[in-house]
Amino acid sequence: MTSPAASAPVLSMNRVGKRFGATVALSGVDFELGPGQVHALLGENGAGKSTLMKILSGALRPDEGEMALAGRPYAPDGPLAGRRGGVSMIYQELTLAPHLTVEENVCLGREPNRSGFLVRAEARRRIRETLAFLGHPEIGLDEPIRRLSVGARQIVEITRSLLDQARILVMDEPTSSLSLEDTERLFQVIRKLKAEGVSIIYISHFLEEVQAVADVYTVLRDGQNAGSGAIAGTPLEEIIRLMVGKPVTELFPHVDHRPGEVLLAVNGLKGARMAEPVTLELRRGEILGLAGLIGAGRTETLRAIFGLDGIESGTVLIAGRPGASNPRSRIRQGLGLLSEDRQGEGLALSRSLADNITMSRLEPYRKFGLLDEKRRLAAAAEWMRTMAIKASGPRGPASSLSGGNQQKVILARLLHQQADVLLFDEPTRGIDVMSKAQIYEWIGRLAARGKGILFVSSYFPELLGVCDRIAVFYRGRIAAERPAGDWTDELLMAAATTGKA
Amino acid sequence: MNSPNKLKSAINLVAPFLGLILVLALFSAMPDVSSRFLRLANLKAVATQSVIVAMGALGMTLVIITGGIDLSAASNIALSGVITAYAINRGLPPLLAVLLGILTGTLVGFLNGLLITRLRLVPFIVTMGMMGIARGMAKWIARNQKIDAPLTWVNELMSKSPRPSWLLLAPGVWLMIVLAVVMAVVLRRTVFGRHAFAIGSNESAARLCGIRVDGAKVAIYAVCGLFLGLSGVMEFSRLTVGDPTVAVGLELDIIAAVVIGGGSLNGGEGSILGSMIGVFIMSFLRNGCTMMGWPNYIQEIIIGIIIIAAVSLDRVRHRSAA
Repeated sequence: MTSPAASAPVLSMNRVGKRFGATVALSGVDFELGPGQVHALLGENGAGKSTLMKILSGALRPDEGEMALAGRPYAPDGPLAGRRGGVSMIYQELTLAPHLTVEENVCLGREPNRSGFLVRAEARRRIRETLAFLGHPEIGLDEPIRRLSVGARQIVEITRSLLDQARILVMDEPTSSLSLEDTERLFQVIRKLKAEGVSIIYISHFLEEVQAVADVYTVLRDGQNAGSGAIAGTPLEEIIRLMVGKPVTELFPHVDHRPGEVLLAVNGLKGARMAEPVTLELRRGEILGLAGLIGAGRTETLRAIFGLDGIESGTVLIAGRPGASNPRSRIRQGLGLLSEDRQGEGLALSRSLADNITMSRLEPYRKFGLLDEKRRLAAAAEWMRTMAIKASGPRGPASSLSGGNQQKVILARLLHQQADVLLFDEPTRGIDVMSKAQIYEWIGRLAARGKGILFVSSYFPELLGVCDRIAVFYRGRIAAERPAGDWTDELLMAAATTGKA
Repeated sequence: MNSPNKLKSAINLVAPFLGLILVLALFSAMPDVSSRFLRLANLKAVATQSVIVAMGALGMTLVIITGGIDLSAASNIALSGVITAYAINRGLPPLLAVLLGILTGTLVGFLNGLLITRLRLVPFIVTMGMMGIARGMAKWIARNQKIDAPLTWVNELMSKSPRPSWLLLAPGVWLMIVLAVVMAVVLRRTVFGRHAFAIGSNESAARLCGIRVDGAKVAIYAVCGLFLGLSGVMEFSRLTVGDPTVAVGLELDIIAAVVIGGGSLNGGEGSILGSMIGVFIMSFLRNGCTMMGWPNYIQEIIIGIIIIAAVSLDRVRHRSAA
């Protein structure tokens, strides 16, 4: 630890708890931050890191526990109160106005003025000084934010925080979309801030970065403290073990299936949103898991395969044939995509279940150019029985269903459209345990019927329980690929966070 | 890095004028009208014709910058004009009548802002409702007919031959120019103007930075209403009567002017200079077409094409700049 242990903490959070309905997001979490300290906040997705930071920033109010800033009680009633208390969140572009210039954004909300007229010279001088101090004098004050790179936007936010007299900066995955060079420059900025006595809470999944930049760490798991200590002297394996915790025993119904011939061949595919080209192969009756961190490039890969994003290079062969790269033609070739954004992309929430199930293949119900509603509703009802969807009937809106049942509606749609290659993007996110088990079982059954399944998940136990092979994405590329039996939770986490297997 | 930037900023400076120059050049080249088109008398006429839409566009620019819209603009103009006529008709001093007209417009705008922020409704819906309400009120007050009012100095505001003659342009035109400069300064040089851009660009960021978004919005719609009230006074001045059925559909001309001038309906973009150029592009087009003896429907088609072309050109320009 570089910070003197004797000095009083700038921030202490004691026994903080928060629940959302029946789910406990945080319970009894302690967190302490020293002056000039870089404190890494670690944990798997859903461990409670962002909830804790939202409480710190004032965006959420804790149900229990208390906080103190420099020894004084701190109970912000909103993000603005948090900022006034000296707590500043650095997100990416969230708090910047894209049309406004660097200067305008930095001054936003506290523009220096004389009876309403802007007085800019002094503020411009201070912004220029701060940018120079941060090692980024090249950022022009009159440049609109939307023309700046992500890295430069972060620097603008940090500049604003510093001019706001922030004492605590929260950086949430600050490097996830930065180039290596920008990452290195950001670390230099962090070191300068430390030297100025600014404390930083650093949230990242990239453990090697954490080792390079942080002094101490705190690991959260399932909304509770899993451990904390000094970074120096703590091996990565120990941190990974804390993040993963004890192996969770869950029900993964096993359905026998056997891989057949190659069904989907992706060769050097680079889509418009992908960072690196990706090559993979999927056989009939095979479940291939795609592990990795959020933002590692898995969703972007699925989108490119499905023709949602333009293809810059590489090929996609389905049962040996190329086909046009757009969703309509991919569906006809037998591809089906289950989006990670169920409410935004997956379902037409206000439309009926029948509409949602049949909308990707209406041809069978066409009669003289009109839709045969009776047969369509009957078919939808049949699918609802097959998938055990709990709902009042095929006419009800999709929005009235629980998350698990909604996911089954989407699954029904993919089967209804007679998809052969199923691209599942986080199919179990945010759904109950029963529905999860049913979806696992369906995945197995589909493989047994000779379909090929790409299963994207950030929750490693389910990949280990369901898949035949698992490929791990790290920063846009596949870092490793092995039979599921050769992986463990720890190995997956290590590959996903370091890129080394 | 510097010289292409300078070039780019030079292009950006000229770009808004290009459309206007094109329209002017086009009609100046037409043998039938070239002799009359750029004459002072014609320019004066076009300027006077532009005043009503221009005043509205000054307020509308502000609203569109915040990502909002005011569909009640034309109805508000009619209502304010009717109130002014009514007051003069009732024997109130003309100045008081004018102020009443402006106040009416401001009140309608204020109400728009209040409903948008309190009911959390989108501006499109609120102002569409207000469009009917204000129009109906105008007809009610005027008992569904024109209100005659005795001639006063108010009617001189839009006179094509102003007295004293050294004014050259109608007082209304001068007022328009002054107010355009004032609004340009407000938008670029005041905290209020900067907040308007911030709200339109990223409302949640603005809120997070401590800007009182709701208060600012109410003020912005009220200011827009103020300009529409003024526009209503000008409408009355031109017509010399209070006509509740006047200016139907004018809100679309006003919005078109702002959009041709680079305003984005998604907010965050727009300028007074651009909007004024938009107003004059449309005025000169109308004027030129009339001089050519082209029928009304041709004008409508051309202006429709101009709107689409101007906005798509603007998008191309932005994409290449990004």
